[in-house]
Amino acid sequence: MGQCNNLRMRLALLSDIHANPVAMQACLQRAQDLGATQLALLGDLVGYGPDPATIVDQVRELERAGAWVLRGNHDTLAAAPPAEKRTVADAGAQWTHDQLDVEQRAYLGALPMQLVQPPFFLVHASADAPAAWRYVNNPIVARESLAHAVCHEGVRYVLGGHVHLQALYYQGRGSTLMLFEPTSGKAIPLPLHRQWLATVGSVGQPRDGNHAAAFALLDTDAAEITFFRVPYDVGATIALARRKGMSPEAIRRLERAR
Amino acid sequence: MSSTSLQPGDTLDGFSIGDVLHAGAMARIYKVHYAQGAADPGFPMIMKVPRMTADDGPETIVSFETEHRLLPMLTGPHVPRFVACGDLAVKPYLVLEHLPGRTFQALLDEAPRFDVDRVVSLGIALARACHSLHRQNVVHQDLKPANVMWHAWQDGDQGGLAVLLDFGLSHHADLPDLLAEETRKPIGTHAYMAPEQVIGIRGDSRSDLFAVGVMMYEMLTGELPFGDPKTPGGLRQRLWMDPQPPRRLRPETPAWLQEVVLRLLEPQAEHRYPSAKHLAFDLEHPNQVHVTARGERLQGTPWHQHMRRWLRSAGLQYRPSTMPSRQLDEVPIVMVAVPHVDVTDGTLYSLRQATARSLGVRPGARLACVTVVASAEADDSDTQRSMLEMLRRWSEPLDLSQHQASFHVLGSGDVATSIVQYAKRNTVSIIVMGAATHGLKLQPIVPTIPIKVAMQAPCTVMLVKEDLPVMSLADTEEA
Repeated sequence: MGQCNNLRMRLALLSDIHANPVAMQACLQRAQDLGATQLALLGDLVGYGPDPATIVDQVRELERAGAWVLRGNHDTLAAAPPAEKRTVADAGAQWTHDQLDVEQRAYLGALPMQLVQPPFFLVHASADAPAAWRYVNNPIVARESLAHAVCHEGVRYVLGGHVHLQALYYQGRGSTLMLFEPTSGKAIPLPLHRQWLATVGSVGQPRDGNHAAAFALLDTDAAEITFFRVPYDVGATIALARRKGMSPEAIRRLERAR
Repeated sequence: MSSTSLQPGDTLDGFSIGDVLHAGAMARIYKVHYAQGAADPGFPMIMKVPRMTADDGPETIVSFETEHRLLPMLTGPHVPRFVACGDLAVKPYLVLEHLPGRTFQALLDEAPRFDVDRVVSLGIALARACHSLHRQNVVHQDLKPANVMWHAWQDGDQGGLAVLLDFGLSHHADLPDLLAEETRKPIGTHAYMAPEQVIGIRGDSRSDLFAVGVMMYEMLTGELPFGDPKTPGGLRQRLWMDPQPPRRLRPETPAWLQEVVLRLLEPQAEHRYPSAKHLAFDLEHPNQVHVTARGERLQGTPWHQHMRRWLRSAGLQYRPSTMPSRQLDEVPIVMVAVPHVDVTDGTLYSLRQATARSLGVRPGARLACVTVVASAEADDSDTQRSMLEMLRRWSEPLDLSQHQASFHVLGSGDVATSIVQYAKRNTVSIIVMGAATHGLKLQPIVPTIPIKVAMQAPCTVMLVKEDLPVMSLADTEEA
C-alpha cells in the first residue's frame, strides 16, 4: 500500500524486557520467524526481573549484531541506584545493581535515551522529555510526545514502551488523538501521510494480567504494524526469581502479570 | 494530490483508462484494462478515482482512505474483488472488479413497490451479504439501495446474490477508526441511519440490520419509514418514533413479515436481531417467526404514546449504554469516587477493596474512576494529567483483566451534584465512595457529601468506611 523509499525493513520492537531472558528469547524467536530485519530494544532492559546480568550480556551481543538499544528509567536506576531507598523500585534497583559487574553497569548508564531514524523516533517514554519518564497512557501526553517528535524531518512514527500496554494513538476526525487497542496478530496499516504513536507493551513484565510477552513488528515496506503476544514459560522465570532470592513483591508481580 | 481528471485513452500505473461509467459528487468511475494487452484477471475491472477539489472537506478524503484500507482486507462473494490501489499521497485510486447487475436503487426506480415474495428473497440476500461482512469484523455503516448490487441468477430474481459497495464509512474492529471523533457527530445517509449512528456510535453490526429494515420497508411499501429528514431534530425522531406499520400501507403484507421488518427498525439495537444470520433464518422460515402484537398491528402508534417516549428520549440523548455498541449493552457500570484531598491511605485502601468486591460480583462490568476538582482547575491540562495519573495509580492494584476501566476528572463547585450528574448521564449501576466518617458528627446539621449523593443518586450507593485494622492504626496515630 504505502511506500517508504528511504528505508525498507521489518523492525522488531521490544521494550521493557525487565531482566527476563526467557520472555526475550520467545519474542526474538517469533520476530525471527516473521522475518524481522532490524531489532530495536526500547529500554528497561533490567529491573524487576531475575536475570539482569544475562540480559545485559545478550543485549550487548545483539547490539554488536546491529540492534538499536535505548536506555529506560530502570536501566538508569540500576546503573546508579539512589542512596536513599524510598520506593520498591529503588530497593529493587539496588538488587539489580548488585547483580551486575562494573562494565555491565557502565554499559547501561551510557545507553542513549532516544534514537531519531526517520521515519522512526524511538524513545523509552515520551519524546518531548525523554528523561522525565512520562507515562504515555492518554491522548494528552501522546499528543505532546508526537508533536515534539514530528518536528524532526521525516519522522512519522513514535515508538516507545514504559507503560507496559500495547496501544496505538492516531488522529481521528476530531482535534484530539484517539486511542486504539490492537488485536494481537492483526496487521494495521500505518500510511506515512499520517502520524502515529505506538506503545509496544512489555516483553518481560506485562501489566494486563496476561503473562504472554508483548512486542510489535513494523514493516516499512507494507507500511503496517502488527502487535503480538507470545506465550512463554513464565514458570521458569518465577523459579529463577525464587532461586535468586528476589523479594516476595517482585515474585508476586511476575505471578500476577500486574 | 492531483485533481486533474483522467481521460479515456490515458494510462495510469499499468492500467489503460476506458469510458467513464459514473461521474458522481464523490468519485469518478472508469472502465479499465491492463495496459499493453496484458490479460485481464478473469473479470472486468473498474477504477474509482475520488474527486478531491480544494473545497472538499477532510471527510471525503478520509472516507476514501477508509475504503482504501478496508477493501484489500475483504473477501467473499458479497464484496467486489480488489485489484490494486494507488498511493494516497501521489494518485489515489482503487481498481476493483466490475460487477454485473443493477443496484437496488435502480430496481426501486423501476418499480417503487415489490411483490412480497421478492421483498423476502431480496431481504435474505441482504442478510447473507451483511453476515458475510460482519464475520470479517466489519460494519458497513452506510447501507442503502444505491450501495447494494443485485446479481440475479439466470432464472430471474427468485435467487441471486447481493454485493455490497462503497466502504467509505465502514468500521473495522481490528483497525483504528479514522472517522472516530470524541464529539460523535453522526455520519451516514439520513434515511437509512440507525438511531445509535444518529448519536455518533460506530461499530455496532446491528446498525446495518436497521438499514436493512429501512430497505425492506421501502421495497414493501414504497415509502421510507422515517422519511428523509434534513434537520437534526428530524433525524432524531427515530430514537422514539414507530413507523407506520407496513400492513397499514400495504394490507397484503403478512403479519410475520411485518414482525420481522419492525423488529429490524427497533430504536434500541438490543431489541433487533442479534445478528444478520438470525434475520436470514426468520426470512427463510416464516412459520418459525413468533408473531407478536407488533406484527399484527394495522394502526400507527397513538400520538400520546409517542409523546411519552419523546419526553423520555430527551433525557436519553447521549447515553451510550442504552444505544450500545457490541457487548457494551447491559454491562453494568461501577463508578468509584476517589477523593484527592484530605484522604487517608486507609480510606483509599478500603475504597479499593470495596470496588474490587463490587466488580467481582459483576462479571464484565465497566469501572469508571472519577475524581472532582474545582471548576477553575478542570481545564488546566497539568491538573487533568496529575489527577488522571492519581486515579490510574489508585486503580493499579485492582485486577481489571475482565473489566474495562476509564478515568475521569470532573470540574465542579459542588462535589455531590457532579457525582450524581455523572451517574445519571452514564447510567451507572452502583456508586462506591468513602463514607467520610469525620463529618458524621455534623451530619444532623449539614448533610455531608456522601449523604447528599445517597439521597439524590439514581442508583445504589455504597458508602465505604475504613477497614477496622486501619481504623485502629488511625486511632493510635491520634492518641
